[in-house]
Amino acid sequence: MYIYDDLDRTLVTERVAEFRDQVARRLSGELTEDEFKPLRLMNGVYLQLHAYMLRTSIPYGTLSSAQLRMLAHVARRYDRGYGHFTTRQNIQYHWIKLEELPDAMADFASVGMHGMQTSGNCVRNITTDQWAGVAPDEIEDPRIWAEIVRQHVTLHPEFSFLPRKFKIAVGASSHDRAALRIHDLALRLHRNGAGETGFEVMVGGGLGRTPYLAKTIKSFLHTRDVLSYVEAILRTYNSFGRRDNIYKARIKILVHELGAEAFAKEVETEWQSIKDGPLALDPAVFDEIAGRFRYPAYARLDDNPNALAHARRSDPLFDAWMGNSVANHKLPGYAIVTLSLKPEGGTPGDATAEQMDAIADLADRYSFGEIRVGHEQNLCLPHVAQRDLPELWRALDAIGVATPNVGLVSDIISCPGLDYCSLANTRSIPIAQEITRRFHDRDLARELGRLHINISGCINACGHHHVGHIGILGVEKNGEEFFQITLGGKADEDAKLGTLIGPAVPYAQVADVVEDIAAAYIELRERPDELFIDTVKRTGVEPFKERVYAAR
Amino acid sequence: MPLVNKAGRIVDDPYIRALDDAPIPDGVPVLVPGARFLADAPELVAREAPIGVLWPNDRRVAELEPWLGNLSLIALSFPKFRDGRAYSQARLLRERYGFRRELRATGEILRDQFQFLLRAGFDSFEVKKPDDARVFAEAAARFSVFYQPSADGRVPALRRRLQAASAIPVREAVH
Repeated sequence: MYIYDDLDRTLVTERVAEFRDQVARRLSGELTEDEFKPLRLMNGVYLQLHAYMLRTSIPYGTLSSAQLRMLAHVARRYDRGYGHFTTRQNIQYHWIKLEELPDAMADFASVGMHGMQTSGNCVRNITTDQWAGVAPDEIEDPRIWAEIVRQHVTLHPEFSFLPRKFKIAVGASSHDRAALRIHDLALRLHRNGAGETGFEVMVGGGLGRTPYLAKTIKSFLHTRDVLSYVEAILRTYNSFGRRDNIYKARIKILVHELGAEAFAKEVETEWQSIKDGPLALDPAVFDEIAGRFRYPAYARLDDNPNALAHARRSDPLFDAWMGNSVANHKLPGYAIVTLSLKPEGGTPGDATAEQMDAIADLADRYSFGEIRVGHEQNLCLPHVAQRDLPELWRALDAIGVATPNVGLVSDIISCPGLDYCSLANTRSIPIAQEITRRFHDRDLARELGRLHINISGCINACGHHHVGHIGILGVEKNGEEFFQITLGGKADEDAKLGTLIGPAVPYAQVADVVEDIAAAYIELRERPDELFIDTVKRTGVEPFKERVYAAR
Repeated sequence: MPLVNKAGRIVDDPYIRALDDAPIPDGVPVLVPGARFLADAPELVAREAPIGVLWPNDRRVAELEPWLGNLSLIALSFPKFRDGRAYSQARLLRERYGFRRELRATGEILRDQFQFLLRAGFDSFEVKKPDDARVFAEAAARFSVFYQPSADGRVPALRRRLQAASAIPVREAVH
């Protein structure tokens, strides 16, 4: 956990007061909707199909139990009793009243949370690996860097009116769990030959109607230079990014049009004039921020305690969940537990207020009061003693968050789609729900193995369909919902955009198509442990395409 | 459009705007567009009265560098509230090129930008709405904590913490 001090708290409180004034001016008509729009957006407030939507950030995906209880409180008090966890470590409430928004924000502020910069053309919530600080393959906790950058870009006087939104992710593991390459700017912490830590800097990733993977413009940036280099990138983008066309305004277009090398050169020139100024990071500043991250007082425990082995042998359901939802912790005797928010027939990423309260209690009992939120729209308890796993599993199962489908076919990433969103062309949640019903058989899901399905209800790609192993994109044709299917996308360290397999299919056929693709995979794979994504890579999309369109 | 100074006072604008080919009056402060200024710079700076330039937000301010010592005003442009290019121009003029005289924000200027503008180095403001101009001082003092160093020279939070750490301990609350 990062612990807010008086300065952090003061700023958030002042922001709530400012927003209260802005809402009052909007309600009195002093501000037009056009003038109010950029102001509300920078506080995470959208106007959707039915109501205002409030997005609140969960910086680098870390929540305390008190904060999770506040998420539950806001869901109950101002919304309809649930919240939706997004792909960028935020939570969204879809039914909030404009006049109550300032109160909801004040409630968040009381636990050090806010919706600042969760929308609008500014630097958005900085995301990272949901296993930060506990992953065995990590070289350093990336959240400290995410926090340093977060503070620097919060209410930044120069970069609050960028050409378009700007998303930053930070990673520090060999395995990329933060989808670095699909970000406007990604910082990957690694060690150089001399054993020093620094960042690989990647720029210009993003999905939407023109998807690009980020390109590396600096392979090793000393950590002392991280703020000045980020500043140089943002200044270059602010000055030269396109503003004539909203669809060409992201930094990916600037990087593409200039070319990565020319862009890097422009940044380098800018950086040279500021790198030794006040942004050069003083080690004392790093230590101060690092010192306000609190880590659990772990016990000395052994791996695989007897009780655990016994429980696995005696209860196949527990054993299946263990095999699926529990990952290795960097310390012996502990484990990282993923809580699936993808029950059969459910809305991916939704949690009720009751579930959130119960998870907060379980976090207090079993995970040092800490919860994580990942971009796959699931939650995590990051510090669970292995001996507690059987008990924890029963408690999680009782509240419906122990579906053993993490990373499997029904662990679907989906945007809210036309059920909520005014930009959507099609529904996406009902597609996800139908797929989870088709694959409810757990043996079948296990047989299919790791398989990521990502669904977006429009070209804006909030459901990351380009990087789904199976990507599903809703498009409108003559007033009807159709869906394009892509295969072979992935968002990990070996990121790749999926390939379109053919003409879009109507709404009613999407789940059938996914079943056909799954069946084709079983036939095509060389051995049972060849993953779906590896089969697609080996065979290309052709054999899948034949299978899908032969019958249609 | 009221002109507000850094102290929050509504003041008269002494500058006459001489757009494109309008004649330039003698002996009074004038404000001319950037292209016109660069075309006639030697002549314009030789006048016996203050000269200001209205600089567009899509040209590098580096082009003005040779003339900065002769300019008494640079007016930067916010054609739309959400077009933030001039924030970068302002910081470059202040922090890199050392321009110390009047830096004015023009265009769609609302109260919600005042603090950002002040922090980026602006010290006069052509405010769109009279109501916003009246509450300038209050809106400009909305925030007391700043995370990043900028042209206004305020001490950012990261530094304040270090100073505080050596004086009084920072009060903490665990959430």
